Amino acid sequence: MFQLSEDQRDLVAMVRDFATSSLAPHAVEWDQTKHFPIDVLEEAGSLGMGGIYVQEDVGGSGLTRSDAAHIFEELAKGDPTIAAYISIHNMVAWMIDSFGNTDQRKKWVPDLAAMTSLGSYCLTEPDAGSDAGALRTKAVRDGDDYVLNGVKQFISGAGCSSVYVVMARTSDTGNQGISAIVVPAETPGLSFGPNEKKMGWNAMPTAQVIFHNVRVPVGNLLGAEGDGFGIAMKGLNGGRINMGACSLGGAQWALDQTVAYLKERKAFGKPLIDQQALVFELADMDTELETARTMIWRAADALDRGAPDLVKLCAMAKRVATDAGFSVANRAIQLHGGYGYLSEYGIEKVVRDLRVHQILEGSNEIMRLIIGRTLADVH
Amino acid sequence: MKIIVLVKQVPDTWGDRTLDLRTGWLDRGSSDSVIDEINERALEVALSYQDGNDAEVVALTMGPDSAKDILRKALAMGADSAIHLLDGGLAGADLLRTSEVIAAAATKAGFDLIIAGNESTDGRGGTLPSLIAGRLGVAQATYLDSVVITTDAVSGHRATENGSMTLHSPLPAVVSVTEQSAEPRFPNFKGIMRAKKKPVTVWSLADLGLDAAAASAHSVITQTSPRPARVAGTKIVDRGNAGVELAEFLAAGRLI
Ligand SMILES: Cc1cc2nc3c(=O)[nH]c(=O)nc-3n(C[C@H](O)[C@H](O)[C@H](O)COP(=O)(O)OP(=O)(O)OC[C@H]3O[C@@H](n4cnc5c(N)ncnc54)[C@H](O)[C@@H]3O)c2cc1C
Ligand SMILES: Cc1cc2nc3c(=O)[nH]c(=O)nc-3n(C[C@H](O)[C@H](O)[C@H](O)COP(=O)(O)OP(=O)(O)OC[C@H]3O[C@@H](n4cnc5c(N)ncnc54)[C@H](O)[C@@H]3O)c2cc1C
Repeated sequence: MFQLSEDQRDLVAMVRDFATSSLAPHAVEWDQTKHFPIDVLEEAGSLGMGGIYVQEDVGGSGLTRSDAAHIFEELAKGDPTIAAYISIHNMVAWMIDSFGNTDQRKKWVPDLAAMTSLGSYCLTEPDAGSDAGALRTKAVRDGDDYVLNGVKQFISGAGCSSVYVVMARTSDTGNQGISAIVVPAETPGLSFGPNEKKMGWNAMPTAQVIFHNVRVPVGNLLGAEGDGFGIAMKGLNGGRINMGACSLGGAQWALDQTVAYLKERKAFGKPLIDQQALVFELADMDTELETARTMIWRAADALDRGAPDLVKLCAMAKRVATDAGFSVANRAIQLHGGYGYLSEYGIEKVVRDLRVHQILEGSNEIMRLIIGRTLADVH
Repeated sequence: MKIIVLVKQVPDTWGDRTLDLRTGWLDRGSSDSVIDEINERALEVALSYQDGNDAEVVALTMGPDSAKDILRKALAMGADSAIHLLDGGLAGADLLRTSEVIAAAATKAGFDLIIAGNESTDGRGGTLPSLIAGRLGVAQATYLDSVVITTDAVSGHRATENGSMTLHSPLPAVVSVTEQSAEPRFPNFKGIMRAKKKPVTVWSLADLGLDAAAASAHSVITQTSPRPARVAGTKIVDRGNAGVELAEFLAAGRLI
């Protein structure tokens, strides 16, 4: 587990080639122009990145969560935002693959795996974020259909995705009253808010998804009525590992840039790398990333094994890696001096991108809540 | 249709490449070894034919044990099987010996078409494909910028100093391709995971019926020296005569 297998080295080598040639050269421009590169995502799909841990019979790559952790770290070195979107998309594909019946899997997963159709995960609402169980979007049974009404907030990919997995209330019984329902983009009554203006993650849209008498067949329900909250949380376990891995990749890139820069930049008659104070800072940055990486690999391994403490380990890994990632990238700006603050160098962009990883897929406070509950024995 | 693609392991052109000045051989430990990019293009030509047609693609390399890594890459990209010509007696093989061994292997394996790079990024002999075609007694179409394969023939364009020519040949044939020929695909995850399960045949000189004791090189490098350090260039300051001085400088270098 602490060493990449030969297969993993080959997987990572390919992802590195892809990220270096198809993501990195465009990352700054996509951020500045708020461009969501759907064509590049389709290329990623053709390489197997749309269904990394989706089963092969529906077009998935059939890899492990540990493989995925390496893949997302490498992708994020090219562009953390695109890597993070690919993670969200994978979460959606995996939810349908794992909890859908044969018809549902065959209908939606192959195109998602190929990334010829994109997926969005719709849990958060304007008045229900961390407290997701308080969501109010309703799905009311009417004959062979569900009729959905409500608003989802901050939805990544909204407006561009073809498949929306929506957590909606089918009864008023708290978490047990939430169901996961697939809503295709073309369904009448589905609309989207304007693309939010935001600090980072500019290369993907974030918008409200609005349901006004949206009618979908009962056959679009994943699992049974009331399973939705559990399905949403299971999706997030893996999402958290991936998001942590994306933080690692972005920060590792920023650290590598910083080391190269300090070797080159001269002040006070010698390269800055000769200043011990700065080398100590680099050593701390490297150590923090390596610590976080160890945690990510361990959590991914726990998820692969279905270990009893996987929820806790995923939460810890997400907390540690997203905090370390932001902190290291932010210090990379400092060590670049004024140049770090310029957009051209790409460092400030990575900092802006990584900031949101501490907030979403369960904020880092909520990670503490999850970990703390296991200690205090309250559920 | 059976297509053999010749792939060579070379030092990564991104890194520093060095010669071992004592042996005159390439210092393989000093840089990462990778599949030669020109051979990825050759493989792409074969694979894009295979995408729409019934064809078997075999990647063949002659090289040390570590060359198995580039075969795995070729298999991940989509080759069906691989052949590794591996024998201690092949160390330091020159173009003549290399062509003899590869021709023997191609004969043993059987083929309709052999696709090679036009020249490798390390040896840069640029003649191996011709030598192999000569030994096999089949037609050759080298330095192709584009390739069209049909069930019984191959054709393509070659750029020349003052134009271009179109070459046609019935199969069997040997072709070599240039940088222009194709953009190699990335292997996808499934391809990478399947690569290990695909067959790799290892043949020694004895397996090919060749004499293991024969000399691997007909000529040997007797002396090498490092590239001299760069020196400052010539500066011509215009004192009314710069045009003439410049022309003389270029003429002295046989540049005009
Ligand atoms: C760019 C972006 C993309 C997103 N993409 C998606 C998406 O694709 N799908 C989706 O469903 N959601 C998405 N989200 C929503 C995201 O998951 C939520 O923003 C997040 O869960 C926090 O919810 P909130 O914003 O409502 O904050 P709140 O829940 O209101 O929290 C406010 C603050 O209070 C803290 N807090 C809340 N409760 C507690 C507590 N009990 N103890 C201690 N501290 C607490 C929080 O940690 C936070 O610091 C996205 C958000 C952003 C910004
Ligand atoms: C450091 C060094 C020292 C050398 N010393 C000597 C020497 O002392 N005496 C001497 O005669 N020669 C020497 N050579 C030449 C060496 O033997 C040739 O490099 C070798 O025979 C292959 O030729 P090439 O790569 O130049 O072929 P090219 O003709 O440039 O190759 C064209 C194509 O042929 C195919 N191909 C080439 N080699 C292989 C292979 N091994 N397996 C599969 N396909 C292949 C590839 O498709 C390649 O793109 C030396 C080369 C090097 C790099």
